[in-house]
Amino acid sequence: MLQIENLTKIYDDGTEALTDVSFTVEEGEFLVIIGLSGSGKSPLLRCLNRLGAPTAGRISWNGRDIPAADQSDLREIRREIGMIFQHFNLVKRSTVMTNVLSGRLGYTPPAWSLINRFRKADKERAIRALERVGIPDKADNRADELSGGQQQRVGIARALMQDPKMILADEPVASLDPVLAHSILGNLESINQEDKMTVICSLHFLDLVQRYAPRVIGLRDGVIVFEGDSQDIRQLSDERFKDIYGEEAERLSA
Amino acid sequence: MSAQPTAPPKTSEATPLVQTRITDRLANFPWWALFLALLGVLLVYSFATDATYQNIIVYLSAGVRLTIIVTLVAFSFSIIIGLITAFAQMSEGSNIFSVIARNLATLYVQIIRGIPVIVLIFYTALVIIPASINLLNALGDWMVSMGWLAADNALSSLTSRGISFVIRGIIALAINYGAFSAEVFRGGIQSIDKGQLEASNALGLSWFQTMRYVVMPQALRRIMPPLGNDFISMLKESSLVSVLGVGEITQLGKKYSAATFLYPQTYNSVAFLYLSITLILSMGVKYMERRMAVSEET
Ligand SMILES: Nc1ncnc2c1ncn2[C@@H]1O[C@H](COP(=O)(O)OP(=O)(O)OP(=O)(O)O)[C@@H](O)[C@H]1O
Ligand SMILES: [Mg+2]
Repeated sequence: MLQIENLTKIYDDGTEALTDVSFTVEEGEFLVIIGLSGSGKSPLLRCLNRLGAPTAGRISWNGRDIPAADQSDLREIRREIGMIFQHFNLVKRSTVMTNVLSGRLGYTPPAWSLINRFRKADKERAIRALERVGIPDKADNRADELSGGQQQRVGIARALMQDPKMILADEPVASLDPVLAHSILGNLESINQEDKMTVICSLHFLDLVQRYAPRVIGLRDGVIVFEGDSQDIRQLSDERFKDIYGEEAERLSA
Repeated sequence: MSAQPTAPPKTSEATPLVQTRITDRLANFPWWALFLALLGVLLVYSFATDATYQNIIVYLSAGVRLTIIVTLVAFSFSIIIGLITAFAQMSEGSNIFSVIARNLATLYVQIIRGIPVIVLIFYTALVIIPASINLLNALGDWMVSMGWLAADNALSSLTSRGISFVIRGIIALAINYGAFSAEVFRGGIQSIDKGQLEASNALGLSWFQTMRYVVMPQALRRIMPPLGNDFISMLKESSLVSVLGVGEITQLGKKYSAATFLYPQTYNSVAFLYLSITLILSMGVKYMERRMAVSEET
C-alpha cells in the first residue's frame, strides 16, 4: 500500500508544483492522474521514486519511508518501482536486448558489470518480457530503429525486468498516435490485471481516461481537485471536466 | 541524373556529360597524395642507396623509439588527468567537495589554455618538479623528526637529479594534454540525453553502471576521434621536449646535423620520419571516424 500524506513540492526557483497532496493507493490498483500541462503530474510521480525529493509530507510504501531513504535503501526501492517515460528514454544506440536487460542491473552488484556479461537466466527473462509486449523479433535491433510505439514497448519490457511491485508511467502515450496509445495502455492494463501490479499513470486524453481508468485523481495547480472512479468520470459534465482539465481539454476519438 | 528508361537516348548531351565526369575526376583527384607518395618513394630510394641517409636513419632510430615511448606514456597519463578533471568540472551541487573540485579543475584548464606548450615544459621541468621534490623532502624530514620514519627513508633521499628529463618531459606533456582531453571527455559525456540518465536512476543503477551501460556506449563515439587527433598532435609536439635535451627524433637530428653539417639530409630524414608516423596515425583516425559514422546510421 502506498500512502501519501500532505505532500508538498517546491522547486529551488520557488515554483510550488504540489501543495498538500494526500491519497492512498491499494496494492494492485490502476490509478490514473489527470490534469493539464503544468498541474504537477510529473513532479508527483517523480516524488514517488525520489527522482525529485519532496519538500514536505510523508510517502510510505509497504511500510517504507520513501523521503527518508538513504542511498542504498533508495536503490532498493527504485529497482522495485518500474518507470515508463513519455519519451521512452532508451539508450538509443544499444540493442533492444541490452536496453531490456538494463532493467535487471539494479539487482546486479555494480562491480559485476566490469567483468560479467548478463546472465543466461536474465536473457531468458528478457525474451519473455519482449514476448509479453509483442516484439520478441526486435531483440537484436538497435533501439533507434524502432517506431515510437515499439520503443515504448521496450520501455515496458525494461520495467518488467525489474520485477517491480509498482509501475509509474508519466504520460506514456503522449508522443504516440491514437491507435498505438490504445495498444500501449492495453499492455499496461493487462499487466495490472494479470500480475495484480499497482500502476500509477498520468494521462492527457479524456477518451483514454474514460476507457482505461478504474480510478482517477485530478490535479490542478498542484492541488487535488477531483477523485473518483470510471463511473464518476463518465457522469461528469463537460463544464466540470473543463474545470479540472482547463480549456485545453481534448477529446480523442479513436 | 539517371536517364528515364522510356526516354530516347540523348546523344547530344551524353558526350559533355562524360567529359565533365573526366574533368571532375581529374579536378577531384587527390594530387597531393600522389605527390606525397612520389616524395616518399624518392626518399626511401635515397635511404636505400645513399650511405649518408642510411647513417642518419640508423642514428635517428633510437630517437623514433623514444618519441613513441614519450608520446604513449604521456598520452596515457593525460587521459587519466583528463577524466578526473572532466568529472571534477561536472560535479554538481553545493557541498564543499564539489565546489572545490569544480573550481580546481576549471582553474587548471584555464591556466593550461593560456600558456604556450614550450613554456609549460620549462616550467614543469625546472620549477614544478624541483619544488615538489623539495616539498616531499621537507615532508620526509618532518616525519623523521616526529619519529615516524627512519633517517634514510625514500621521501628524504629523493633528489631532483633522480628525476630524468625524459620523465619531466612526459609529465609536462601529460599536464598540457590532460586539459585538452578533459574538454573532449566533458563534451562527450554532456551530449548524453538527460532523460536517459533519469531512466537509469529510476532503474536503480549505480553511478558506475550508468557510466558503463548508458553514458560510455554513446559518448565514446564522440570522444574517440578527437582523442585520436590529440594523440597525433601530441606526437608532433613531443619534439618540443628536445629543449630539455631528451634524445628523441628532433634532438638527435639537431645533434647529428651540428656534428656533420649535413643539414638538408638530416632534416629531410627528421621530417620524413614524423610525416610517416603521423600519416599512418591519421589514416587510423579516419578509419575510426568512418566506422563510428557507419554505426551511427545503421
Ligand atoms: N525541475 C524543475 N524546476 C523548477 N520548476 C519545475 C521543475 N519541474 C517542474 N517544474 C514546475 O512545476 C510545475 C508542474 O510541473 P509540470 O509542468 O512538469 O507538470 P505536469 O503536470 O507534468 O505537466 P506536463 O503535462 O506538461 O508534463 C510547473 O509550474 C513547472 O514549471
Ligand atoms: Mg509531465
